[in-house]
Amino acid sequence: MADRQYELVYILPPETTDQQAAELHEQVAGVVSRMNGTIDKTENWGRRKLAYEIAHFKEGVYVLEGLTGSGALVKELDRRLRVIDQVVRHIIVRVDEEKKVIDRTRTKRQSESERRRVRRGLPPQRQPGEGRSSETEEPDDDRFDAMEV
Amino acid sequence: MPFGQGRGGGGGRGRGRTDKKNADKQQAQRRPMFRRRKVCKFCADKIDDINYKDVKLLGPFVPERGKILPRRISGTCAMHQRKLQTAIKRARQIALIPYVTD
Repeated sequence: MADRQYELVYILPPETTDQQAAELHEQVAGVVSRMNGTIDKTENWGRRKLAYEIAHFKEGVYVLEGLTGSGALVKELDRRLRVIDQVVRHIIVRVDEEKKVIDRTRTKRQSESERRRVRRGLPPQRQPGEGRSSETEEPDDDRFDAMEV
Repeated sequence: MPFGQGRGGGGGRGRGRTDKKNADKQQAQRRPMFRRRKVCKFCADKIDDINYKDVKLLGPFVPERGKILPRRISGTCAMHQRKLQTAIKRARQIALIPYVTD
């Protein structure tokens, strides 16, 4: 079966040093490569405040890894992350399907607008300085205000 | 006062449909009540990706108490509310957004 793309986010205790984080990353990378997967990207968000306390920690070091691999890889990785005490919390999310949908809607919208513009006798791409500029937001435009509970 | 006044005058045009249901997408139609028509933020701004990591995007839909803002208040369309819901629930799991606050 074709490989899937996943995202793994895990939280480490706030006092974790960069070196410890790197070691853990190595562990993850080891599991991934052993199961014939690849790590596409790694992002360290650094120390962030947690929205709620987890195991008496109020802050945590967030690390994001983008993975490609099989379902068996995710199962194994999930199991291991659960065992490692250093990982306070982790989540693995499948992303490829959503990405596909997003790309599709984007290209569809693009081609639709081009088609309509050509119909109106305009060049397919928006010219600079055409239409309303996006920076100047209308003061009248308050369709959405998130409040009022 | 978010949904208080309507935009300018123009009362008489709104037809008799009940207001909650009247969230159709086009035409700025005004109801006699002067209530502003709500528009789905994600449709209007063409935001395709409602991602659980984007706390800034999700923030306005999670009021102080920590509950998810209902559609009837935010005006989000059904599809985007669904995506928003999963995104918020994922964000809660990794402590980006609280489950409850009191």
